[in-house]
Amino acid sequence: MKSLKYILAGVLFGIIMSKSEAISWYRIQEMFRFQSFHMYGIIGTAVLLGSVIVFLIKTFKVRDYSGKPILFRDKEKSYPRYIIGGTIFGLGWALTGACPGPMFVNVGYGYLAMLIVIFGALVGTYVYGLIKHKLPH
Amino acid sequence: MIELLKQPWPWYLSGAAIALIMTLLIYFGKFFGVSSNLRTICTIAGAGRKVKFFDFDWRAQKWNLLFIFGAVIGGFISSTLLNNDQPIQLSSATIADLESMGIAFDGNLNPSQLFGLDAVFSFKGFLILLVGGLLVGFGTRYAGGCTSGHAISGLTNMQMPSLIAVIGFFIGGLAMTYLILPYLF
Repeated sequence: MKSLKYILAGVLFGIIMSKSEAISWYRIQEMFRFQSFHMYGIIGTAVLLGSVIVFLIKTFKVRDYSGKPILFRDKEKSYPRYIIGGTIFGLGWALTGACPGPMFVNVGYGYLAMLIVIFGALVGTYVYGLIKHKLPH
Repeated sequence: MIELLKQPWPWYLSGAAIALIMTLLIYFGKFFGVSSNLRTICTIAGAGRKVKFFDFDWRAQKWNLLFIFGAVIGGFISSTLLNNDQPIQLSSATIADLESMGIAFDGNLNPSQLFGLDAVFSFKGFLILLVGGLLVGFGTRYAGGCTSGHAISGLTNMQMPSLIAVIGFFIGGLAMTYLILPYLF
């Protein structure tokens, strides 16, 4: 039961991403070409609604299901890692049409070729860990 | 009910549902961020023995692995039980742009030219998927998050670093779309 809730949240995520076509390579191209509101609508709604929820959680000091206070960690303040790392990520996102979540959803959908993308992403993550100390952050 | 669910979901419904998932994970005492799993999988594969970055107790991230396991099941349910066999409603401008670049629109979620068997077993096709994955994996860890961790979790928490990362996502995405992709096909 403890594990089941995470699996169920994931199932819901997989269905949403598939049925809204957010896991589609074509849709990501459409987004980067600014030819439809679709993807902006999805992300925009999630961010707007999510911001209100996060604000309410902070304001009313809502606790999590086990009674612990909910804490939001601030991201460390710097520029290089976010702009350089983000740009590298964007290159891969537009090429494969998949960010880390949709990669996995696509495999379940039947696009087994995404396993190559996942393998690449694992190698990429490993290479980052390997040369992290040499990179500007 | 199932007929209704089979239809493509409108953006506002999907956006709201993603906010709900983020809220659920926060309520469970966790966070919404998928790319952390890539690091966790490296650790499970033994990367922590050689590289300090991967030397952490991955069991603390087990919940996130269960989440992406669920996401795979969700994808499977969508392509079987909830499949409607309708071509996706891609804008005609995008279809025209892609066709002029040499990529046909086949109505599926992903083009067979990139993800079909022929592509996977060609040198170029395999390389595109592998390098694309490398860029995503390296970039997301360097930036400290992906679309879920930065664009959703970060922006809803008003994090300036996340906004910078999202701007980076678009710089890279636009560069790939307009400057590199046309020369690959």
